[in-house]
Amino acid sequence: MNIHEYQAKELLRKKGLPVPIGKAALTVEEAESAAAWVRSESGNSLVVVKAQIHAGGRGKGGGVKVTKTQEDCSAAIRKILGMQLVTHQTGPEGKKVGRLLLEQGVDIAKEFYAAVVLDRQKGRLVLMVSTEGGMDIEEVAAHQPDKIFKAVLDPILGLAPCQAREVAFALGLKSAGMEAVNAATKFFATMVRAYQELDCSLLEINPLVLTKQGQIIALDAKVNFDDNALMRHPDIEELRDLEEEEPAETEAKKFDLSYVKLTGNIGCMVNGAGLAMSTMDIIRFYGGMPANFLDVGGGATAEKVTAAFKIITADPAVRGIFINIFGGIMKCDTIAKGVITAVKEVGLKVPLVVRLEGTNVELGKQILAESGLNVVAASDMADGAQKIVALAGQVAA
Amino acid sequence: MSILVNKNTRLLVQGLTGKNGTFHTEKAVEYGTNVVGGVTPGKGGSTHLNLPVFDTVSDAVKQTGANATVIYVPAAIAADSIIEAILAGLELVVCITEGIPVLDMLKVRRLLDSQTGPTRTRLVGPNCPGVITPGECKIGIMPGYIHKPGHIGVVSRSGTLTYEGVHQLTQLGLGQSTCVGIGGDPIKGMDFIDVLEMFERDPETHAVLMMGEIGGSSEEDAAAYIKKHMTKPVAAFIAGQTAPPGRRMGHAGAIIAGGKGTASDKIAALQGAGIAVAKTPAELGVTLKSVLR
Repeated sequence: MNIHEYQAKELLRKKGLPVPIGKAALTVEEAESAAAWVRSESGNSLVVVKAQIHAGGRGKGGGVKVTKTQEDCSAAIRKILGMQLVTHQTGPEGKKVGRLLLEQGVDIAKEFYAAVVLDRQKGRLVLMVSTEGGMDIEEVAAHQPDKIFKAVLDPILGLAPCQAREVAFALGLKSAGMEAVNAATKFFATMVRAYQELDCSLLEINPLVLTKQGQIIALDAKVNFDDNALMRHPDIEELRDLEEEEPAETEAKKFDLSYVKLTGNIGCMVNGAGLAMSTMDIIRFYGGMPANFLDVGGGATAEKVTAAFKIITADPAVRGIFINIFGGIMKCDTIAKGVITAVKEVGLKVPLVVRLEGTNVELGKQILAESGLNVVAASDMADGAQKIVALAGQVAA
Repeated sequence: MSILVNKNTRLLVQGLTGKNGTFHTEKAVEYGTNVVGGVTPGKGGSTHLNLPVFDTVSDAVKQTGANATVIYVPAAIAADSIIEAILAGLELVVCITEGIPVLDMLKVRRLLDSQTGPTRTRLVGPNCPGVITPGECKIGIMPGYIHKPGHIGVVSRSGTLTYEGVHQLTQLGLGQSTCVGIGGDPIKGMDFIDVLEMFERDPETHAVLMMGEIGGSSEEDAAAYIKKHMTKPVAAFIAGQTAPPGRRMGHAGAIIAGGKGTASDKIAALQGAGIAVAKTPAELGVTLKSVLR
């Protein structure tokens, strides 16, 4: 799960991490009063207006503006709030800006990068820092790997103070005095503790800045959460911004279905994540494009299947549906009954190909055949994929 | 022979009295698995499905001589169940539970890493279908009847895709020595290399079918291992060639992050190591058959 920068900073502030003075706003009026508050709190006329969307590259896309006067600031607020912001992560259509963060300007002496990430290969968390602040870390890793320093964390010890100090020295902070080294050491320790206490899956501070006054402060913050751990953080679940999420994905979550919207026109319903990905792949192999990833899960009920079917058919791009089920725990007759219920409820306007295999397969096939529905049966995955690509193509033509 | 489990495996079920534990234990017993007892804290001293129930894993091990356990407890407390099984000295722990927080698994992983020597615990999963040696022992949620005893080792990060692969093998008359679902989580117990190593040593396994997916670098590591150490033929498949970057595809571990973990990188690594990679998931069986010597 992702949250906005202003929400991330608020959470991190509560954990004791230094972040700039700032306030979020949803309307022009709120934004102007937030800006006035920031000016009075910071004692400085500099205010940064930042678009709040779940995507990186906001500055380059024109979603971040540093303003020196109240007039500048008001103009920036009016320009950015409501704009369709296009960045390298939003796709060409961009995202509408519905929230702003108004923040104090900071006198930057030097910019760094810091993140806590999961190293899957090692099975450990890693604190990763770099002298190349503000840059895309993947770029730095590819071209200047010597500018990246890492501390591998022991799950029991956490980040030992000596490790935090070591990376602070590695960043060259000693040239700014031992106060800066100590401030960074404390910052990294707090950062790691926040990651653990919040059950993050990513905590990225880019840039982390050393101010001309010698403070270490998180100028930007990106926090993602481990979806598996949200059960123990109901307060974080409340930060979810549904405007940022695909409505069909939100609907799918209610039924505990795993759904990802894609750009093609063949809707897929599959049991199991690996088989669901494979089904997308085989549709592509035979020249079609999947409209979605949808895993109905191992022990799905007829109700879940019905809900899944409704979500797929609600997508206007869908020109055909391929149901691919390998019944293990899930019985093929359960799937067949769920499909029939769904079709009776929402109708069937596009071709439907069903491939059933596994537990109670004969019964499932019989139920579908006797239903009188216009269902095309497939003998295996390849047969099903070829049939749906041919049928969906005919509809599109 | 086979790997990990056989007819001598004495299995405990953690979470035996729950809905999943009950359902899958009935199926396992039907299949012929030697289930010796269950663990549900508070229900020790009772019986369930004609099996003795214990309060703790260590009690259960003492009383039954169990050497393996399967875990069907809810995600919020499953990591603790794994730790309990490791501390009780069980050789094999199979965790079916999906949705365990990553930070919990990091602690489990550290405990596993701190063990050395031949008596160390092997963890399969979590978020996996389990392990089966056809005709001898079924631990987990896979449908038993699609399997057939034989000489193909199967290892996979998926559930139903594994069934698909096994079904195709059985249809071609190719039985399986052991099938291991290592699970779809980013932090887990046994990885491809650990299972491949066992298949390489097992005289009854003549070839291996390996099914990977996007996310992480386990398949790349496996490719390097196979090239260097394996004498037996391996066929592979990678799911997720059409998955978009940055999106979790069902499994917690199935995500392309920072341009890493793509299907094309994994396929290239496997092919570079001389491994036959199935073009589509409909060709899992025939691809394996094509590499048999």
